[in-house]
Amino acid sequence: MTAVREDFREILRLVRPGSRVLDVGCGGGELLELLAREKQIDGRGVEISPQGVSACLARGLAVMQGDADRDLDQFPTGAFDYAVLSQTLQATHNPRTVLMELLRIAERAVVSFPNFGHWRVRWSLLSQGRMPETQFLPEPWWSTPNIHLCTLADFNALVSDLDLRIEACAALTRDRPARPMNPDSVIENWRAEAALFLLARNSAEPVEPEAPPGDLFGG
Amino acid sequence: MTLETTPPIEQDSGVWRFPADQPLTLESGGQIDGLEMAWSSYGRLNADRSNAVLVCHALTLDQYAAGIHPVSGKPGWWTRLIGPGKPLDPAKHFIVCANVVGGCMGSTGPGSINPVTGRPWGLAFPVITIGDMVRAQAMLIEAMGVSTLFAVVGGSMGGMQVLQWAADYPERMFSAVCVATAARHTAQNIAFHEVGRQAIMADPDWRGGEYALHGGRPGKGLAVARMAAHITYLSEAALQRKFGRELQRDGLSWGFDADFQVESYLRYQGASFVDRFDANSYLYITRAMDYFDLAAAHGGVLAEAFRKARDVRFCVLSFTSDWLYPTVESRQIVRALNAAGARASFVEIESDKGHDAFLLDEPVMEAALAGFLDAAGAARGLS
Repeated sequence: MTAVREDFREILRLVRPGSRVLDVGCGGGELLELLAREKQIDGRGVEISPQGVSACLARGLAVMQGDADRDLDQFPTGAFDYAVLSQTLQATHNPRTVLMELLRIAERAVVSFPNFGHWRVRWSLLSQGRMPETQFLPEPWWSTPNIHLCTLADFNALVSDLDLRIEACAALTRDRPARPMNPDSVIENWRAEAALFLLARNSAEPVEPEAPPGDLFGG
Repeated sequence: MTLETTPPIEQDSGVWRFPADQPLTLESGGQIDGLEMAWSSYGRLNADRSNAVLVCHALTLDQYAAGIHPVSGKPGWWTRLIGPGKPLDPAKHFIVCANVVGGCMGSTGPGSINPVTGRPWGLAFPVITIGDMVRAQAMLIEAMGVSTLFAVVGGSMGGMQVLQWAADYPERMFSAVCVATAARHTAQNIAFHEVGRQAIMADPDWRGGEYALHGGRPGKGLAVARMAAHITYLSEAALQRKFGRELQRDGLSWGFDADFQVESYLRYQGASFVDRFDANSYLYITRAMDYFDLAAAHGGVLAEAFRKARDVRFCVLSFTSDWLYPTVESRQIVRALNAAGARASFVEIESDKGHDAFLLDEPVMEAALAGFLDAAGAARGLS
C-alpha cells in the first residue's frame, strides 16, 4: 500500500464516518478515495485540471471541473458536513470569500495552508532579503501560484473576524505526523511549517454570498 | 494491405411497430397511432438485463451509431466511443440506438404514411417535442424487455434527450452522460434554426410541405439550411485551420463560383446532406429542439426537473470552443444537478473543434467516458 500523506491522515482522523464531504482542489481524488474507503463518506470533488477530473472519474468519484474562486456557488447551502481545502487557500484570489463559501456549503471546513511566519521563511527574508523558497513554498516569486500568503497569526485574525470557531488545529511538517498545536501560540507561529484547521461557524445561519447565485436560467 | 483482425461486433437492427392500442401520446395533446421505431443494437442483453445502454442521436444523425452504416457504407457516427475496447463495448454492453420520432430513417415522421389519408403526413404530422422523442424511446426500451437502463448517453440533441430521461424516467436509468448540450434552446439557437427552416420553406419545391406528392423535394433550401447549421457546428479556429483563405483554383473567378475552399466545402456539405435527410423532418426536429426548455415544465427551476434523479450518476461534458451549446449551459445543468443532490461530474474539454468535437477524436472525452462508465459499471455489477 502506498504511503498516506500526513495531512490526509490528519483529515481522515477529523472526519466523521458516513459524512458528506466536498474536497475543493481534489487533484486525482486520492483523499476522497481514502475517505470513502476508511470512513465510508459520500464525497464530491472540485478540481481545476481536466486531467485531474478524468483521474477522479476513473476512480468512480463524482467530480466537477471548477475553480475555488468561481464555482463554489454551484453548491447549495448546507449540502455537506465537511468542505476540505488543502494547501489551496493561499492560491485563491479571494481567500476570505472562499472561506465563507466553504462554511456556507458545509457545516465544517478543513483548511490547510503554509505558514509564512515559519522561522525558515523569516530567516530567508531577514538574512538574504529574498522571497523564501521552502518545502511548502517551493517556487520562486515570479511563478508561484501562492498569491495570498499569510502567517498563523494572520489566519487567526481572519478566523475571529469571520466569527468562526476553531475545533481542531495541527502543525504539519512534511513526512511527519501532524502535531496538535495551540493556534494562538507565538512560538507555533515560528515553529509550524504549515497549519491545518477544523473550523465551524459560531452563528447558526450560514452567511449567504452578497450576490447569491441567481435562480436557474435567470429566474 | 491490412487484414481485419477484430471480430465483427454483434449487430442487429429492425423496426418496432406498436399496436394501435399503444399510441404515442404527445405533449401537444395529440397522439400518434401505430408508432414505428427504427432501432439498431450492438452487443447482447445479459441474463439479468442490467447492461442495456440507450444512445440518443443528434439532429441529423440516425440509429446507426456504430458498426457500418447500411446505406452509406461508412462507419457509424460514434464508433470512437462504441466498439471493442471503447468506453461502450458490445462485449460488455447491450447498446441500443433508435431513430427519433419525427426522423427520416425508419421511425414515424412527417415522411411516413398517414394511416387516415393513405398519403405522406407532410405538415399534417403533429409537432413533436424532445419529451415525445423520449417517451417513444421509453416505449421501445420497455418493449425490448429492459426495465432499467445501465446508461442513457447522448450528445447535442441526444444530450437533451438524456436530460429529459433524467426528468421523466429517473427510476429507469442508472447513469447518464450528456455531451455538448443544454437544458434549453437559447435565442441564438432558435435564430439559427429559423434561418434553416425559412431556407427550406422558401424553396418553391417545398410546396407547403407536400413535395412528396409532387415527386420533387426542396433540395436547394435544405442544402442552405445545412450550410448555415454546419457553420454553427465548427469554430472559427477550426475553419481557419482547415481552409484559411485558400482558393479552389489558381486566381479568383471574378464571379460567384466557389472560389474559396470553404465555399466549396459548405456546398458539398449541403449537397450531400440532401441525399440523406428529409426537409420536413428537419423542420419538425429543429422545432422540437427550439421548444426544449426543461426548466419551464418545472416552475422555471431546472433543479426541480432533477429532483427525483438524485440516485442517478451524471457525467456532463462540454468543449471550450463550442459556441452552439457553450460550457455555461453545461454548468447550468451541473448546478441544477448539485442543487438536486445528484451525483454529478463535469469536465470542460479543451478543444478548438467547436460543437462537432463530440463526434471527433478527443482523447480526454474518451478517457473521461471510459473512466465514468467503468466505475458506474462496477457499481452496477457489470463485468
